[in-house]
Amino acid sequence: MADMTHSTTPHASETTTTARPEGNLVARFFRATEIDTRMLGMIGALLIIWIGFHILTGGLFLTARNLWNLSVQTASVAVMATGMVLVIVTRNIDLSVGSILGFTGMIMGVLQAQYLPQLLGFDHPAIWAVALIGGIVVGGLIGTLQGFIIAFLSVPSFIVTLGGLLVWRGATWFVTSGQTVAPMNPSFRLMGGGAEGSIGETWSWIVGIIACLAIVAAIVNARHQRKRFHFPRRPLWAEYVLAGVGFVTVIGAVMVANAYFWPINIARRYAEANGIPWPEGGLQIPHGIAIPVLIAIAAGIVMTFIATRLRFGRYVFAIGGNPEAAELAGIKTRWVTVKIFALMGVLCAIAAAISTARLNAATNAQGELDELYTIAAAVIGGTSLGGGLGTIAGAMLGALVMQSLQSGMVLLGIDTPFQRIVVGIVLVTAVWLDTVYRARAK
Amino acid sequence: MTDQNIPLVEMKDISISFGGIHAVEKATIDLFPGEVVAVLGHNGAGKSTLIKVLSGAYRRDGGDILINGEAAEIKNPRDAKKYGIETIYQTLAVADNVDAAANLYLGRELRTKWGTLDDVAMEANTREVMGRLNPNFRRFKEPVKALSGGQRQSVAIARAILFDARILIMDEPTAALGPQETAQVGDLIKQLKREGIGIFLISHDIHDVFDLADRVFVMKNGKVVGHARTQDVTKDEVLGMIILGKVPPGAVPGPGAMKVA
Ligand SMILES: Nc1ncnc2c1ncn2[C@@H]1O[C@H](COP(=O)(O)OP(=O)(O)OP(=O)(O)O)[C@@H](O)[C@H]1O
Ligand SMILES: [Mg+2]
Repeated sequence: MADMTHSTTPHASETTTTARPEGNLVARFFRATEIDTRMLGMIGALLIIWIGFHILTGGLFLTARNLWNLSVQTASVAVMATGMVLVIVTRNIDLSVGSILGFTGMIMGVLQAQYLPQLLGFDHPAIWAVALIGGIVVGGLIGTLQGFIIAFLSVPSFIVTLGGLLVWRGATWFVTSGQTVAPMNPSFRLMGGGAEGSIGETWSWIVGIIACLAIVAAIVNARHQRKRFHFPRRPLWAEYVLAGVGFVTVIGAVMVANAYFWPINIARRYAEANGIPWPEGGLQIPHGIAIPVLIAIAAGIVMTFIATRLRFGRYVFAIGGNPEAAELAGIKTRWVTVKIFALMGVLCAIAAAISTARLNAATNAQGELDELYTIAAAVIGGTSLGGGLGTIAGAMLGALVMQSLQSGMVLLGIDTPFQRIVVGIVLVTAVWLDTVYRARAK
Repeated sequence: MTDQNIPLVEMKDISISFGGIHAVEKATIDLFPGEVVAVLGHNGAGKSTLIKVLSGAYRRDGGDILINGEAAEIKNPRDAKKYGIETIYQTLAVADNVDAAANLYLGRELRTKWGTLDDVAMEANTREVMGRLNPNFRRFKEPVKALSGGQRQSVAIARAILFDARILIMDEPTAALGPQETAQVGDLIKQLKREGIGIFLISHDIHDVFDLADRVFVMKNGKVVGHARTQDVTKDEVLGMIILGKVPPGAVPGPGAMKVA
């Protein structure tokens, strides 16, 4: 019971901080920095979950090793959650993502383990890429088909994707008559993380520096744009605060990733293979950022760009806000729907690549229940089932919250059935608190 | 009023029904450049339905639409916009969850040379247009949901005049507006009229539109009762057309006119 209260209190704090602005200073700070208090509440919730588990597990949670694993475990659902936001924003739902993940994973599995080696030769360097592209194409086609039925045949998305949930899970079985496919191609496996599937210390720092530069560029550009049209600008100190918070987050994340070293047997094997003498205290090779995490971040950036900077994204939100108005404005709302589901299918395939690579196998049960975690991530992350509202970053954070809860409970040795009970209760509570928050914000 | 012979818009024998209800039956109506035509009638008379056929929101069951004397293919709102038809819907048809600028440019977003949305330019233009229409309007950053009924109406009007319309359909444009804003819309209509734009002004209240309109069309139960130049009829006579379907001597009777023995 203890962990349940821990996971719900953070959300409660989110409502109280906003409902009762503590003095002039705090209110002024939020106005100047234009920080989304809702997002801040979620980050606060996450931190409380982390610290709570850290205390309950006697210091096992906030370790480089656990945080690194957490990031890798979150990646697959986080990728799908970015697409689920657009689906839910347009008042649709996609219950088939777990099954599409399973099916495309199986397709990529048989491609790289059975067909491509025969076709291209056993260790052809392009096998992983062809398998990945094959899976993405299949995912895109499945999504397009479902989107087409939803948009043009007017079958509700709930039904179409519920059908999809069954159909694609069944189809997964038929690919190999139920057999698990393993192992995966070594290059393909890099997408799953692990010692090899991480970019190491130097590259992690390079990524971190690029991220910091991007933060500066974004802030400078926004300032410049506002200046161009004489819009009010944030005070300079607020910009510095924002940049500072960004830097600390990025650098902190890189430091954590670099503080987790390769397991001793892998390091030893690596040392032997490269003729490095085994030093006294052991060889400490930092993992650095895991490739699946980079994939998820890239997916998040691309999807945020699509959702906020492109016409397509604008249409998605307009349709969610008022489908009739969007239609009358001349938007081809049906095609937008088809594209959303196609995109969702592609993201499922990318998630499938991460998941099969991590498991080093494609199985029949892969992605089971993932649809629920994906939807929960989007909803916890502030996507409104009423349509029209939601952010990609929020959904990814939601995925991290869900995964943190699960990992923490695993560390505590809580049984799976009870984990599900907790996750279920947290989901309902989070959405209820969000409703309360929105009602007050109005 | 240069080209008096060729109407800007001619809708001939338009019929449309929903299920068993004949919402509009054999309605004929026309509009000349620089003219304000009021479409009047009681609630449910079929006014909105008729003009939605012109704006592409509904597909007609029968009849023809001619723009500048040529048959026009209007199958959806995009087609209508290509003919320069802009519409302010009675329901406003705004997306509540996005801001004023996003609504003004919905479906016709400005883009940067990279193909991304040029939000800053769109907001700048929005500020300018809204400033002309409703100088008190300040809430540019908020979703339209947070606006008052009148402010939302201003957004809907601004959207219609932002792109060079040749034919403007205004379905109860001042229903939610205060007296000052209503007067502003009246001035706007006069100005657009001078620019040669043809305007359909839909209302169920004759007092709103009689002084602005050059001609009135009256509808009743989906049919056109008749039409008249405002200078040839009195308000009371038009009221008689709306309520009883009685066509005065100064008006031209239509298919919906009361049969006199
Ligand atoms: N989408 C629809 N489906 C079914 N019936 C409709 C639809 N739209 C309009 N109608 C019917 O058509 C008739 C005409 O409606 P319309 O909206 O054109 O009236 P109106 O003259 O605009 O009235 P008001 O002054 O109240 O706006 C009504 O009987 C209405 O119920
Ligand atoms: Mg109407």
